[in-house]
Amino acid sequence: MIRRATEEPVTQQPTPPAIHTLTLDGEEVSFTAGETLIDITYRHHKDVPNLCYDPRLEPFGACRLCIVELEGANNPVASCTTLAEPNMVVTTRTARLETHRRVLMEMVASENRDIDVDPLSGYASQQMRELVDQYDARTGRFQGEQSGTSREDDDNPFIKRDYDNCISCYRCVRVCAEQEGDYAISVMNRGFDTQITTEFEGLLVDSACTFCGQCIQTCPTGALADLKALANKDVPGETVTTRTICPYCGVGCTVDVMTRGEQIVGVLPAMDGPANEGALCVKGQFAFDFVHHPDRLATPLVRGDDGELHEASWDEALDRAATGFRKVLDEHGRHSVYGVASGRAPTEACYMLQRFIRAGFGTNQIDNCSRA
Amino acid sequence: MSNPLVDMDKPDVIFCIGTNMTECHPVAATRIKRAIARGAKLIVADPRRIPLADLADLYLPLRVGSDAALLLAMAHVIEREGLVDAAFIDERTVDGELFLEHVRKFPPEWAERISGVRAEDIERAALWYGTAERGAIYYTLGITEHICGVENVQCLCNLALMTGNIGREGTGINPMRGQNNIQGAGDSGALPNNYVGFQAVDDPAHQKKFTKAYGRETDLEKGPTKVTALEMCGDRIKAMVIAGENTVVSDPDRDHCEHALKSLDHLVVIDIFLTETAQLADVVLPATAWGETDGTCTNTERRVQRLRAAVPPPGDAKPDWWIVSQLAQRIGFKGFEFESAKEVFNELCELSATYHGLDWDRIEHSEYQWPVPHAGHPGTPRLHEGEFVNGRGIFKLIEYRDPAETINDDYPVWLTTGRRLASYHTRTQTGRSAGIDYLLPEETLEVNPSDVDAWGLADGEWAEVSSPRGSVRIKVRATDRSPRGTVFASFSFADVPVNVLTGSGYDPITETAELKVCPVRVEPA
Repeated sequence: MIRRATEEPVTQQPTPPAIHTLTLDGEEVSFTAGETLIDITYRHHKDVPNLCYDPRLEPFGACRLCIVELEGANNPVASCTTLAEPNMVVTTRTARLETHRRVLMEMVASENRDIDVDPLSGYASQQMRELVDQYDARTGRFQGEQSGTSREDDDNPFIKRDYDNCISCYRCVRVCAEQEGDYAISVMNRGFDTQITTEFEGLLVDSACTFCGQCIQTCPTGALADLKALANKDVPGETVTTRTICPYCGVGCTVDVMTRGEQIVGVLPAMDGPANEGALCVKGQFAFDFVHHPDRLATPLVRGDDGELHEASWDEALDRAATGFRKVLDEHGRHSVYGVASGRAPTEACYMLQRFIRAGFGTNQIDNCSRA
Repeated sequence: MSNPLVDMDKPDVIFCIGTNMTECHPVAATRIKRAIARGAKLIVADPRRIPLADLADLYLPLRVGSDAALLLAMAHVIEREGLVDAAFIDERTVDGELFLEHVRKFPPEWAERISGVRAEDIERAALWYGTAERGAIYYTLGITEHICGVENVQCLCNLALMTGNIGREGTGINPMRGQNNIQGAGDSGALPNNYVGFQAVDDPAHQKKFTKAYGRETDLEKGPTKVTALEMCGDRIKAMVIAGENTVVSDPDRDHCEHALKSLDHLVVIDIFLTETAQLADVVLPATAWGETDGTCTNTERRVQRLRAAVPPPGDAKPDWWIVSQLAQRIGFKGFEFESAKEVFNELCELSATYHGLDWDRIEHSEYQWPVPHAGHPGTPRLHEGEFVNGRGIFKLIEYRDPAETINDDYPVWLTTGRRLASYHTRTQTGRSAGIDYLLPEETLEVNPSDVDAWGLADGEWAEVSSPRGSVRIKVRATDRSPRGTVFASFSFADVPVNVLTGSGYDPITETAELKVCPVRVEPA
C-alpha cells in the first residue's frame, strides 16, 4: 500500500455499491444503486423507445417516449430520469403506454419537414423514422407549426444544419458539452421558437466548433447530417461497414468505414471502440477521401535513363530495386544499406522491413520515423 | 502511456506539459475535459497559450526549451514541503536520497529566471501535484523534441517517483504518441537498437535467438539512427529503402536532408503518393493505404488493434509486407515466403516478448494492451503496478541545459513548431481530403499582436523568417496564443517548408531533433 508522508494513510477500499432488486415486466432483476430505470431496461433488452437518450450522456427527459408504468404511481414516469429503487414494480409495455407513445410520435412527426432521411446522414439518423413507422405515426393529426429554421447560409463542408428536421431533443447540444467539452452549440428560445444555434447565431466555423462530427452522429432525425457522406448518396450499391482504426494520431480510435462497392462513402465512430467510445475528431471523421485521390500511386515507377520516373510492371520495378541493393551490397558491403520504416503503416510493414534489413543484410541499420 | 486512456477521466490533478492535446490528440483531450468537469485540476505548461491552456486552472507559460528548469523547481518544492511519498521511494526506487539532496539546488526563483514562469505559480503547481491523491502527467513532443528530450522525460519520471504517482489508476507518465502506429513501429523492431519486442540487439542471447529464427546472424552492434544514417548518406550509406515517410518535408534542415538522399546510389521509396521524398527515388513502389490493408496497429496506450481492408487498392498497389518480402526474395534472401499479413503478425508474436501471448485471432476485438507475455494473460492496461519492469524506479540527477541555439542579436526570436487540428504532418492525406482546406487553407506564422507592431509586420501580410540554415516566406497571423518574442508555425505545408529553418541540435541519446526550438529573425517581406 502506498502511503503519503504528510497525510493519513489511504487504506480504505471503496465500498462496493449495494445490489438491490426490482420487478421488471414481472421478472425480478437486480441493480446497483445509482442506476436509472432505462439502464436496467436496456440491460434486459426491453424495447423501450427513446429519442433524446444517448447512453454516453446525462439523462435528460425531453422526449418522454421511454415512459414506463410504476406500481403505485398514477402517471407513467420517464425511465431515463428515474433512479431505480428497491422493490419497484416496473412495466415497460402496456396499452396505455403504447397509446401515449403513439401520440407523442405523431406530435414529433408533425414537427419535421422530412421523416425519411438518407441513412448516410449519421449514425443515429434513422432512429426517428423507425419509431414513426413502428408507431404508425404518419397521421398528420397535429400538422401545423414547426420549430427550427435550417441554416442554409452555413457553407461549411462537413455539417449540414437542417433544423427544419429538428425535434429539440438537445442531443447535439449535450454531446458537444458533455462528451466533447466544446460547448459550441446551444439552444435559443422555447416551444415552436426553439432553435439550436451557436454563440451570436453565426456560422459553425466562427464558433467553438471543432467539426468533430459528434452532433451529426447523435442526431436522431438527420437534422444535423454528414455532408461528406451525403455527397456520395448516388454511389450505387448497398452500404457496408468495415471496422478498422483511424489513420491519424496515436489515440487509435475505432471507426466503421462505410463503403459502397469499391468506394469509401463515409466514416462512423464505433460506439464500443475502446480508445474513443464513440468520439472522433475532424480528421478521423472527415479526412478519409485521400484514399481515392487521383494522386494515388497505382503503378510502380522506375527512373529511366532520361532522369525521369516512368511507369513499370512489378517485375521490372522489383528487379530494378533488387539489382540496386545487390550491387551496393557487392560493391560496398552490407553496412551500406539502410531502412526507414513508417509509423503510419501497419505493424506487419514495419516488422517486414526490419526483417529485410536484419535477416537479409545481417545489420541493425533500421529505424522508423519517430525521431522527427 | 503507463496508464490506459480510460484512466484520463480519473486523476484529481492533471499535469500537461508540451502537449497541444486538443489539436493533436483531440479524442484523448475530451477525456481530460470530462475530468475537469468532474472537478479535477488541470495544470498546463506550454510556451504557447494553446487551447488546453484556456481550460487550465493553472497555466505556466514557460520559455521554449526551459522545461527541465521548471520541473526541477517543482521537485524542489515537493521535497521542501515534505510532500514526498517516503514509503514509495523506499520500497520501489533507487537513488531517492541523492535525488532529494540534488533538487535542493533548484528553488522556484532560480527557475523563474530561466523559464519566465512566476515562482509562485511553480510553487502552486508543485503543491497541487505533490498533494494529489491521483496525479497524472501527460506529455508529447514539446518535451522530447529538444537536445535534452531524454532529460526532460527523466525529470517527469522523477516527479512521479517522488510522489508515488505511478502504477495506480489515474496516475502515471503518459506520452501521447503522435502517429497511428508509431508505437507498433517500435514494437516491431524497426529500431537500430532493438529486435521485435524491445529485445536489445547487443545481448548475445538475443542475437542467438534471432540467428536461429531468421537463419542469418545479425550484428551484435546497434545500428546508427536515421538521423546519423542521413549524415552518412553518400559516404558509408549507399542505398536506402524508405517506407511511408516524407523525410524531406518532415525532418529538420530540409536542404541537408534532400542533399543526403540525392547522394545515394540507390533509393527505393514505398508510399501511397509521389511525395517530395518519393520524387528523389530510383524506384517507387505503390503501397496499399489505410482502408485497403489488413494488418495491425498499436496505439498510445499499447493496445494492439486490427486494421481491416474495406476497399480494393488502386491499380497495382500492394501491401507493404508483400512488397518488402518480394524484394527480399528477388535479392536472393531466404525465408521471405510470406502469404498473408496474418502469417507475418503471428511470426512477430512468436518472437516478441511483449506480444508473445497474442496472435491474429486473439486481437480481433482490441482487448489487449501489451505486455501479454503468454496466451491466456489478460494484458497490461497499467504498467508498473506492484513493481517496475526493471525492478526499481531509478531517480536521475538532471541539470538544466540551454537549447542548442539561443536567441541573439542576429536571431532574436524563438520559433517553435507543431501541428494543427485540421492538418496532419505533411498533408499527404489531409491535404487530399475534401473540405479540410475550408478550415485551414494555408500556413501562417503566429505572432503576438504587440510583436506584429514592434517588428513592422502586418496581420495577413508576408514575413520572411530566417535561421542560420535558411529562410521561408510566410503570412503573419496576429494572435495572443503566441507570447511576446516567440512565434509558431506548423510544418504541414510544402509551400512553407518550416523545416528549412530547424535542425539546430539533437538529443545525444535518441538523436531526436530540437524541432521545438529555433532562434530566428522575422522581417517584413
